[in-house]
Amino acid sequence: MSERIQEKLAILADAAKYDVSCASSGSNRKNKDKGLGNTGNGICHAYTEDGRCVSLLKILLTNVCIYDCAYCVSRKSNDIKRAAFTVQEVVDLTINFYRRNYIEGLFLSSGIFSNADYTMERLVQVAKKLRTEHNFNGYIHLKTIPGASEELMKEAGLWADRLSINVEMPTKKSLALLAPDKKREDMIKPMQYLKQQIIANKEEKRLFKHTPSFAPAGQSTQMVIGATPETDLEILYMANGFYKAMNMRRVYYSGYVPISSDNRLPAIGTPVPMIRENRLYQADWLLRFYGFAVQEIVDKQNPLLDMDIDPKLGWALRNLHLFPMDINTMDYRMLVRVPGIGIQSAQKIYSSRRFGHISWEQLTKLGIAVNRARYFVYAGNDFERRDLQPMQIKQFIMQESQSKYKPNFSQQLKLF
Amino acid sequence: MTTVIYDGSFEGLLTAVFEIYEYKITDPELCAAGNATAALFGNTHTVITDAQKFERVYAKLRQKLTPNALAQLCNSFLSELKDIPAVIYRYIVYVLASKTAVENNFNHPDVFCIQQTSRKVHREKHRMEAFVRFQLTKDDLYYCLVQPDYNVLPLISHHFEKRYADQRWLIYDSRRKYGIYYDLHTVEQVFLDFAHNPNDAKAIAAISDEKEELYQRLWQQYFSSVNIAARKNMKLHIQHISKRYWRYLVEKKGSVNGEY
Repeated sequence: MSERIQEKLAILADAAKYDVSCASSGSNRKNKDKGLGNTGNGICHAYTEDGRCVSLLKILLTNVCIYDCAYCVSRKSNDIKRAAFTVQEVVDLTINFYRRNYIEGLFLSSGIFSNADYTMERLVQVAKKLRTEHNFNGYIHLKTIPGASEELMKEAGLWADRLSINVEMPTKKSLALLAPDKKREDMIKPMQYLKQQIIANKEEKRLFKHTPSFAPAGQSTQMVIGATPETDLEILYMANGFYKAMNMRRVYYSGYVPISSDNRLPAIGTPVPMIRENRLYQADWLLRFYGFAVQEIVDKQNPLLDMDIDPKLGWALRNLHLFPMDINTMDYRMLVRVPGIGIQSAQKIYSSRRFGHISWEQLTKLGIAVNRARYFVYAGNDFERRDLQPMQIKQFIMQESQSKYKPNFSQQLKLF
Repeated sequence: MTTVIYDGSFEGLLTAVFEIYEYKITDPELCAAGNATAALFGNTHTVITDAQKFERVYAKLRQKLTPNALAQLCNSFLSELKDIPAVIYRYIVYVLASKTAVENNFNHPDVFCIQQTSRKVHREKHRMEAFVRFQLTKDDLYYCLVQPDYNVLPLISHHFEKRYADQRWLIYDSRRKYGIYYDLHTVEQVFLDFAHNPNDAKAIAAISDEKEELYQRLWQQYFSSVNIAARKNMKLHIQHISKRYWRYLVEKKGSVNGEY
């Protein structure tokens, strides 16, 4: 019996691992009536050998699926072992892992069997059982199955902390090519519904304190990168749209891991586009935390992010006329835009400035990347005096810094 | 130079600070009892921890510092680093001497040091919250042995109390020889004598719940199944969990036999 569970866990965890979202933060569910668990800023309890964090038990309820999306391991036409958990099995696994401090909660997704509502109902049952029978207050992330009824989505929101629907592909065209059974409207419509529900719930909570929360950690989505020929411009505009129009908490970019010999897709053995994925996340952070507008990061002339340097440095090099600036007087909005200065360093610089002038030495101590920042700011009389062209600066910085990707993912053949 | 000897506790340290002001000791060198080496030159002053003196210094600090900065000061003491008592003393002197709030003046070496040290302690606290792996015993106790770099059990107790309110648990610091135990009502400090070596596999098997082995195996299976081999990146992996934490981790105890 226990061996069967282990086999199922192996199959259904393996099939769920391409969903990148593992966030367990953003909810404010507290332990109540001496029950089990709470949520907070989120904790990464383990890290896999690919360097990704594990904070949730991320599994599929089943990998049986009626759809045939080319990029997905669980597609109907793929010849793999199929398995399914019962509702009780998922509940037991979650509770026992949680009690041992292995996880922050559950991320439950599923292949679609018989129809959307039937599948969604099972997912909701798991969440409901955890909340009502076990007084479980840990984090629950449920996938919303495209095409599920609004009643089911509403119930899911009552039990779960976060709901998500993956848009899968950055454009309609790619979706039609690779997932002919799915329609973009089926994904956008539930997103809009959830957005309205979340806003309505917030309003209601303001009026009546004891209104139960509806998906307090909001909604997120994911798209596959590198399986289709979209530019970063299309991807980032899409993501920006989701942040602005759908109040998404997160958009995840999943570098395509070749798993199929389908000729519509990159061949097996093609390297995962990890650098591009990393650059997209950097751009995403600039959008959400650094006050950048999407058109400052990519535009018609530069539809692709520079793979050699990060997008903030790229922006600064395109806008050299704004620099150099005085570190002791520039305002906070510009401070965070300086390459080599992050949010935390900017805050420290900003608050230390009130006690006196800051020198290069102090900047180094505060932990900023001086090798980048020195081309864009000056402190007192210390600054880079040469009149350099953007290309020269880029080369200097690249010579001095070592990309973390170089040794790991070199295109060159390693002989030894 | 005067060597000021206190009992090594935080209360003792703040009492010492009080007495340095009280007796106008110039150029003091703080020293925890036990570590004191007889000073060849100069005087010694021995401090007896006094709750009232501690309270007065603490109240003054609360008045001068934001709650956040005060917590940073207390946390940095838990680092148990050799130089930190002296830094705390100088920090307090600096704070008391300034008319304005100075806790954000990161150009000051002591302010910077307190901030950095408290961050180190906070990271260790966070790692303990992440890497504690409870094992269930036959009598329904979830327990875990840890050896944190810094003395962080006082900092994690609240987190575990709030999270595991309906199960008895024990986290034991085997380096500092004390633990925190939750009995379904409150958390208490406990000191234990082990009849057996607590790492003895047989002894552990004898007291473990019958399902314990199963869930450890399932967790190991899960851990190996969520890994994406095509994205293997051991450097990043080790950056996230340095090897000294592996001993806590169920998923790092050998790999699962037989793959599916």
